[in-house]
Amino acid sequence: MNRGSLRWLGLAVLAFGCLFCTDVWAARISEIKEYSILEQAARFFTLRDPSLRNALIGSVLMGVSCGLLGSFLIVRKQALMGDALSHAVLPGVALGFLWSLTKNPLAIFVGATAAGLLGAATVHAVRTTTKHKEDAALGFVLAAFFAAGVCLLTMINNLPGAQKSGLDKFMFGQAAALGDGDVILMAVVTGLVVVILALGYKEFKVTSFDSGFARAIGFPAQGIHYTLMLLLAFSIVVSLQAVGVVLVSAMLVTPAAAAYLLTDRLGRMLLLAAVFGVVAGAVGSFLSFVGHDMPTGPLMVLAGSAVFAAALFFGPRYGIFARWWKQQSRAARTRRENTLKSVYHVLEKRSFQGDSVSWQELAEQRRETEDEARHLGDELCRHQLATRPRDQADLFLTPSGWQRACEIVRNHRLWELYLTNAAHMAADHVHEDAEKIEHVLGEDTVRELERRLNYATHDPHGKIIPGLADVQSGLPSLTRGGRAVGFGSDT
Amino acid sequence: MIEPWAESGALYGWILAMGILVGVSCGLVGNYLLLRRMALVGDAISHSVLPGLVVAFMLTHSRNIPAMFAGALVAGLITVGLIEFIHKKSRVKPDAAICIAFTTLFALGVVMTSLIDKGGLHIDAECILYGEIAFVPLEPPVEWFGIAIGPQPVLLMAGVALAVVGLSVVFYKELLVSSFDPGLTTSLGFNAAALHYGLMAVLSVVVVSAFEAVGAVMVVAMLIIPGMTAAQLSSRLPVRHGLVVVHSGISSLAGLHLSVWLNCSTAGAMVVMGALLFVLAWLFSPSDGLVWRWRRRGSDGSGEEGTVASPGGKV
Repeated sequence: MNRGSLRWLGLAVLAFGCLFCTDVWAARISEIKEYSILEQAARFFTLRDPSLRNALIGSVLMGVSCGLLGSFLIVRKQALMGDALSHAVLPGVALGFLWSLTKNPLAIFVGATAAGLLGAATVHAVRTTTKHKEDAALGFVLAAFFAAGVCLLTMINNLPGAQKSGLDKFMFGQAAALGDGDVILMAVVTGLVVVILALGYKEFKVTSFDSGFARAIGFPAQGIHYTLMLLLAFSIVVSLQAVGVVLVSAMLVTPAAAAYLLTDRLGRMLLLAAVFGVVAGAVGSFLSFVGHDMPTGPLMVLAGSAVFAAALFFGPRYGIFARWWKQQSRAARTRRENTLKSVYHVLEKRSFQGDSVSWQELAEQRRETEDEARHLGDELCRHQLATRPRDQADLFLTPSGWQRACEIVRNHRLWELYLTNAAHMAADHVHEDAEKIEHVLGEDTVRELERRLNYATHDPHGKIIPGLADVQSGLPSLTRGGRAVGFGSDT
Repeated sequence: MIEPWAESGALYGWILAMGILVGVSCGLVGNYLLLRRMALVGDAISHSVLPGLVVAFMLTHSRNIPAMFAGALVAGLITVGLIEFIHKKSRVKPDAAICIAFTTLFALGVVMTSLIDKGGLHIDAECILYGEIAFVPLEPPVEWFGIAIGPQPVLLMAGVALAVVGLSVVFYKELLVSSFDPGLTTSLGFNAAALHYGLMAVLSVVVVSAFEAVGAVMVVAMLIIPGMTAAQLSSRLPVRHGLVVVHSGISSLAGLHLSVWLNCSTAGAMVVMGALLFVLAWLFSPSDGLVWRWRRRGSDGSGEEGTVASPGGKV
């Protein structure tokens, strides 16, 4: 999942590009307005129109490069750098246009990249030479450069004779307006991003996670930072036409953040972010095509946000529902274990005479109503920790239920003893702590506790600590002896 | 230099007044944002009030001012809540959470503006980004007792500016303490959370009233550039408040002239002049201007300013 996966990604991008290189059908986007949504979908996905093909290939390329670079922004905690840079390129776009007074992709590309790098340098300069913090520096670059860009663009709009068609598309993006030259430029930039990231994967990874270590082993951290900023400026510039100045930052941050929620490994994160970026781009440009005249950028952003929301809620490990479910099941397990402990206490009170407890006894032990006790007992039965034969009102523990009950009581009493003996806490102060830890002590820790406490048999309150023999033997064997046997006494 | 004033003084007078009022009310709020390191929350809210405005318009079918304020307030608080939600409930860092929250809401707003029937709504793509400060004087004037006072947006902005000034006088102590030391605020008995959300509410109202004039992105500039300039010149909050007023006056006037000269967006030109003032303060501030620091370092060579990491052709 590192250099290899990136290489495969690059191959996939190339293959995708070759697949649609045949020119089958030519139609202007204005001619295809009278079709139903289904027909439009068919047209869109069969890629018969060159402008549509450009739109889709363009948004796929954009998704790949933005997703890859955005992942590095996320792990370097520089998400808003993308926002600042995407606004900062605007004056460069306008100057590139002024250079030739046409929408020349190359001139715009050069101007915008220069402006983006100037923006990154200004952020650095403001941060290091004034007392302003990073947020103010980013905000300043974002707003000041954008304002300069707006001035230049409005100036161009008022110029006589300039061929300014398509320049307004830089604001919110219109993927359908992508020309062949734009798509070629996007392919070159995406290829460059993939190749550079694959070649310098180790360097980028180390500087992103531990810049001090990277410097110590001789990596040029500053150079790598600016390489990343340069690539970022490149891919922002080529994405502008598809998604627009204002929302490029979302294409950088949102897919990568969604990927960040799903995995802990950078390689997988890069791959996922690229896939999410492609999905967002394709869905956005499709929706923009179906609803005539809709700007592409906002739709792509909404598609990306939907992906992020899905990852946020339904992510298998860090998702809100997964964590909520884990919390709920842990709470339920604790509740069941507390019920088992109460059953043990009831049995212990009558010196383990008889092997069942009645609802009344359980309710008294727990200081609850019988209904509540019955409810808890039913829960134990559902988890095969206890049984309740049809003709009887009493609750019998199953072998596994008995075992868990012994373990919990043992954990509780061992911990109490440990706190009084080793931590010198008063015997009446240890119960609360033991109530919490009894559910989480593992077998190894228990063994170690027993060893340190010299296999003690009684807790600070004089009660017998159930030992290994109790845990392993069933309940009936205990009733023979009339009481819990304690560790070692039976063997 | 006086050409625009000779041609149509009233027109430019109202634009200038609007610029100064926007600058003052945004700048005062911005001072607190900067102190609290929340400059980019201002960025987020300035973008995400858009869907609030659109929903308010869809519900009332008119440009009902209380409804628009309410929509912006709700949208602003939703933004802050959403940022906190993403940040607290997942391992996404706050900066990424800000970015995700506001771009989503802004995109929603843009899609809604392009879907709804736009009859009478002065929000289109151009206005969202550039603002229409130049059209402010053309709005129907408000009449009191039969006397035309002035264009409605300017009067509204004046009200908002007065409210901001009033609030920052009344709550001066609380805001000062909570901006510098949240812990002390709580121990003095002020409600830090209420102050935070109150500031966010004021921010939303200021942003929405400035929105039409200067657009979503340049509101950010109006919020933080005056405060940043003032912070270069003084570290005392009352002085900074005064400097913010001066800054908005100079940048509005100079920006107006620049826009006439270049024939470009007025709001953009005002921000460019404001940014220029910041660069001047950055270079020539009497207390810690870059130029003095370089010269001092050049003359005695002691290099006492450890903070100057890489001076050079960055400016």
